[in-house]
Amino acid sequence: MTENTAIKHEKTGKISLHGRGYDLSDAHKQLEILEHIQSGNLVPEPFYQKLEDTRLYPLKPKEIEIFQLNIGKMCNQVCKHCHVDAGPDRKEIMTRETMQQCLEILKSNVQLNVVDITGGAPEMNPNFRWFVEEIKKSGRHVIVRCNLTIILANKKYYDLPQFYKEHNIEVVSSLPFYTQDRTDRQRGDGVFENSIKALQMLNGLGYGKENSGLVLNLVYNPAGAFLPPSQMALEKEYKDALLHHYDIHFNNLFAITNLPISRFLDYLLKSDNYEMYMEKLITAYNPVAAFNVMCRNTISVGWDGYLYDCDFNQMLELKVNCKTKHIREFNVDELNNRDIIVGQHCYGCTAGAGSSCGGAVV
Amino acid sequence: MNNNYYNSEDLKKFGNVGEFQKNLADKFFDYYGEVFKDSELTAREKSLIALAVAHAVQCPYCIDAYSSDAYEKGWSEAQMMEAVHVACAIRGGASLVHGVQMMNKVKEIAM
Repeated sequence: MTENTAIKHEKTGKISLHGRGYDLSDAHKQLEILEHIQSGNLVPEPFYQKLEDTRLYPLKPKEIEIFQLNIGKMCNQVCKHCHVDAGPDRKEIMTRETMQQCLEILKSNVQLNVVDITGGAPEMNPNFRWFVEEIKKSGRHVIVRCNLTIILANKKYYDLPQFYKEHNIEVVSSLPFYTQDRTDRQRGDGVFENSIKALQMLNGLGYGKENSGLVLNLVYNPAGAFLPPSQMALEKEYKDALLHHYDIHFNNLFAITNLPISRFLDYLLKSDNYEMYMEKLITAYNPVAAFNVMCRNTISVGWDGYLYDCDFNQMLELKVNCKTKHIREFNVDELNNRDIIVGQHCYGCTAGAGSSCGGAVV
Repeated sequence: MNNNYYNSEDLKKFGNVGEFQKNLADKFFDYYGEVFKDSELTAREKSLIALAVAHAVQCPYCIDAYSSDAYEKGWSEAQMMEAVHVACAIRGGASLVHGVQMMNKVKEIAM
């Protein structure tokens, strides 16, 4: 990042922890906090021990079906809870060469039937559209995690909804609440208004409408140090409120728990909520949710081609525990037989009704 | 024994009341769980009622629990404060309406 760009981002407040040079942008520092801080009066039981009690340790994959590709940390937003520490100042994005390697893997591994593309704002990767088109040629179901505001961020993105429609992409978008107040507090001023406009554009093309075949799912994240409520009840409230106030339609709501990683960890520590939050997660451990965690059928690929158990382990730089660590040496048998790496952050996926990139798991 | 009558840590020990009388505690907690389920009223609506009642009975444990619960269930700060005002109005009104009793008595005895 040039000095001028750094100053510009600093002025707008749109800068990542990494860009600010914060200690906590370092994955090792985060792991140190997660593994060593004692949680109030409750002695935090190590996550692996909970899994052992549930007879799930070591945690093994079921068959890998979801190929989740994080194609870059660059983003037009700097959300307070972002576990990627994404932002406009992040330059780490997947190269075309690595994308080509991913396409090769898809050709030789038919069981990877869902490709889930995330970021940052994945659309900011200059090779995004080419990559999506190539994946679609292989007949896979493609999910794009679109932050909505990117569609209005620049003229060159205005036709993204059309592009999604042409390729029958499932769009999954964060809208942390159906009111402006909570959304903007988490995602930045003006985000709610632009998200509503983008949703209306998607609806205009048929997305989220019954029988259109165009799937639009929304993601709820708690805007603070608390857990999501019941996904089913919340979906109904979202549907009623968005339809009533903005004439917006969508298919499903995914309620996702914030994991104590990166910027959300920073928020928890600064607001003095860390111990209380960890205690909440630990107390809410649900063995059924543990059985269904997403890392058992997903493999996550980083912008630089390294392989991880999930997007969270990716951000904590915990590469898969087997010889095959990079996309160029992808070996599905080895990956299917690996032990999944777990830590205290994993309590975020097993609390209550559980949490995954597709929402609750129970 | 702690020097304070109230300790926030005690909220987590609520379930332990069964140690001294399991049968009644089990019945209470079963009933409690049933009350707060989605039914004719949603769990979300019940949470806001619980918040208001918590203020009416001035139970710090209940205020702690239902401030978090109501906020988690999507009620806004303003809505939650309005619920507290409802509790306040009923409590205030409950005192004031007895003013009629006072008036009745005074009118009865006054010349």
